[in-house]
Amino acid sequence: MNQPREQTVPPRLALDHISKSFPGVKANEDISLSVAPGEIHALLGENGAGKSTLVKIIYGVQQADEGTISWNGAPVAIPSPKAARKLGIGMVFQHFSLFDAMTVIENIALGLDEAVDREALKAKVAAILESYSLPLDPEREVHTLSVGERQRIEIVRCLLQKPKLLIMDEPTSVLTPQEVERLFATLRQIAAEGCSILYISHKLHEIKALCDSATILRGGHVVATCDPKAETTKRMAELMIGAELRKVEHGKSGSAGDVRLGVSGLSLAGEPPFGVDLEDVSFEARAGEILGIAGVAGNGQAELLTALSGERLAMQAETIRLDGKPIGLEGAGTRRAAGLACVPEERNGHAAVPDFSLADNGLLTARHRVPLAPHGWISRGSVKRFADSVIKLFDVRTTGNGALARSLSGGNLQKFIMGREIGQQPAVLVVSQPTWGVDAGAAAAIRQELVDLAAKGSAVVVISQDLDELLELADRLSVINEGRLSEPRPVASLGIDEIGLMMGGIHGAEAATHA
Amino acid sequence: MLEWRRRREPSTAMLWVSPLIAIALTMLLGMIVFTAMGYDGFHAVESIFLTPFLEPQRWADIGVKAAPLVMIALGLAIGFRANVWNIGAEGQYIMGAVAGTGVALLTYEMTGWWILPAMALAGVLGGMAWAAIPAFLRVKLQVSEILTSLMLTYVAVQCLYYLVRGPWKDPDGFNFPQTRMFTADQTLPTVLEGSLVHLGIPVALLLAVVAWFTMEKTTAGFAVKVVGLAPAAARHGGFSAGRTTWATLLLSGALAGLAGLFEAAGPFGQLTPQFPVGYGFTAIIVAFLGRLHPLGIVFGGIVLAATYVGGEIAQSTVRLPQAATGLFQALLLFMLLATDVLVRWKIGWKRRAA
Repeated sequence: MNQPREQTVPPRLALDHISKSFPGVKANEDISLSVAPGEIHALLGENGAGKSTLVKIIYGVQQADEGTISWNGAPVAIPSPKAARKLGIGMVFQHFSLFDAMTVIENIALGLDEAVDREALKAKVAAILESYSLPLDPEREVHTLSVGERQRIEIVRCLLQKPKLLIMDEPTSVLTPQEVERLFATLRQIAAEGCSILYISHKLHEIKALCDSATILRGGHVVATCDPKAETTKRMAELMIGAELRKVEHGKSGSAGDVRLGVSGLSLAGEPPFGVDLEDVSFEARAGEILGIAGVAGNGQAELLTALSGERLAMQAETIRLDGKPIGLEGAGTRRAAGLACVPEERNGHAAVPDFSLADNGLLTARHRVPLAPHGWISRGSVKRFADSVIKLFDVRTTGNGALARSLSGGNLQKFIMGREIGQQPAVLVVSQPTWGVDAGAAAAIRQELVDLAAKGSAVVVISQDLDELLELADRLSVINEGRLSEPRPVASLGIDEIGLMMGGIHGAEAATHA
Repeated sequence: MLEWRRRREPSTAMLWVSPLIAIALTMLLGMIVFTAMGYDGFHAVESIFLTPFLEPQRWADIGVKAAPLVMIALGLAIGFRANVWNIGAEGQYIMGAVAGTGVALLTYEMTGWWILPAMALAGVLGGMAWAAIPAFLRVKLQVSEILTSLMLTYVAVQCLYYLVRGPWKDPDGFNFPQTRMFTADQTLPTVLEGSLVHLGIPVALLLAVVAWFTMEKTTAGFAVKVVGLAPAAARHGGFSAGRTTWATLLLSGALAGLAGLFEAAGPFGQLTPQFPVGYGFTAIIVAFLGRLHPLGIVFGGIVLAATYVGGEIAQSTVRLPQAATGLFQALLLFMLLATDVLVRWKIGWKRRAA
């Protein structure tokens, strides 16, 4: 292993050939990295690249199968988060663990490993708030605070332990730009005082602005270690996404049929606490085509899906048109009956009811287009036959239509859900993350079904974070970023660098205009 | 060492056996508690849980007490399935009786077969109206229906007190706080000649079957279950949570109101301040004892009705205070909730670490 930096002091944290597998997946393979004292080190990668697993290993939540962790030059074992904190590792998670009904100071006291005298704690917290000039009132109740303020509680919690390494997991995903600026100032000050920071993100411009060095992960491997200030955003995007992408033959070239789904000027405020606002989303999906919508998680994908499915209504009927008919004000049942089927990303509790049998889960969404419950009377026989046909046609591995949805593996349940929707022969199918957590064989089968459905004249919209998948499936591709959708463009005309730029935070509009 | 282990799938057997375990534990613990208090614990439990079933002359009484419990619990259970927690059935029960009594007092000098149905309709509407308040507050303002429905019960009690002590006081009643006795056309007919068994009992059984059919065979029942189990999936499937909240609250209010009217027009024959005996609250226990299943509720209603009958027996046989009935009922609810864990978990010997 070559060490690029001159090492007079041992690195604060060094990972040496760390590997970690889960059944069926190699989450981390042979990962080495080192973080110097006072360095802000970025861990960069797409969803599923192995960032979370690696961080969990560092924080003692999970144990590596192979490899060693060194702390200030000496090998250590980190069997638990408590042990990690004892070493001086603090972590701020993406989702906070705070009690809404309690005050800031009470929440801080609860999070500590040892009991501390309340007055002494107050003084310490006040000192930290003072020295980092963090605006936060220790006596406020948490439910009255903004997300940024809540994050500060977690940061103060960590700082109280005088950490030597602070891990920040996607810290800006829920912050406003102003809050991000303030966070960066705090992080720079913490680093200047000698604390190392491991900063996990996929937002390239943030990493360029903040970090001293970056380790880029893809598919569980380290693909590069670089200086983000010297590297271009484009180059980092390529590294993150992978330049050796499979080239897919796109038979059709924009010669698709009539517009089946038309969306124009869809704006919708996100639901609190983490919702993203959709801003002026417009696109058309034509008969026979697959439209891909790329984007990193949490940029409005979930909001777009619920707005299309009818779980949330548009402001005007004309905003969403199905085969020319305005349906923006129609509810989920009516839209489905009219031929617009949707599959949300979350299988358990959204696309399916975990405690229901497969038969009942078929009834859940298929009853509008398949006569399973004429005039409100459930026909048990038809419900079971429908579920059986889905199980058979889509090769769902299960004990039968009476099996509870929760008893199926993720991939099998996904096959059932996809089968349930495709089996209704919808005019338009909108699906989010069709192959998320699905094994390769099942994923291929699901993709084939989507291609076949489009070939029969339906319009298919695939929202996915898996670029490989989108490049394989889609005829046209657009990117969703902070609730805005870029102009869809034929996949054949797109370079991987353009997609990377669109996804990596440089705004879609800019990348799309020089078409 | 014993340890809890999560079952891979919820146990269907335990679903039905755990209420029986709860009853057994209630009897056991009750026996211990009352023995410790210096009563004859064994005979107390025998009087409350066994005597009512062993003496046939008590059966009619059990039926009369089970009917309102079953009717109220049916409505509550459907709401509970949808995650709508109507705790104020007692209030809806009272307002149903009040509304029906209002019709009775208006039709006091009239005769006709239509009077009783009109009273029943008023009872239904009275209960619904009282349940509509928490429904409105929950759907429009996200106010917890648990609190509003419970608090409205006490408002209903005060309404009742005001009416029987004021405007509705029987003019020939020697100033007792009670309404006139209902006339023959205003009284629930008995089903069995010469017994207490009134029309409410077959109606309650019929309603149980209808409720079972609705929950199992209609999309309305399906909607209730989806909304309760997975609200996001319900929204995705095109079911409205707000509409379901309205429907289940109005339904449980209607059934509680009808039960109240039956009680007023049956065993009571008038309204008095003693009218609220807590059926609306006991029905919550009935609903859980019956596993929120309409047919299970019939069983649960019979068991809880027996504790009322048995509580009266125990007052004379072992001189138990009347409050003991409530204590046993509360103990049963506690045990029911505790044994519920057995459906998803099982107890096993801890395996030694490898």
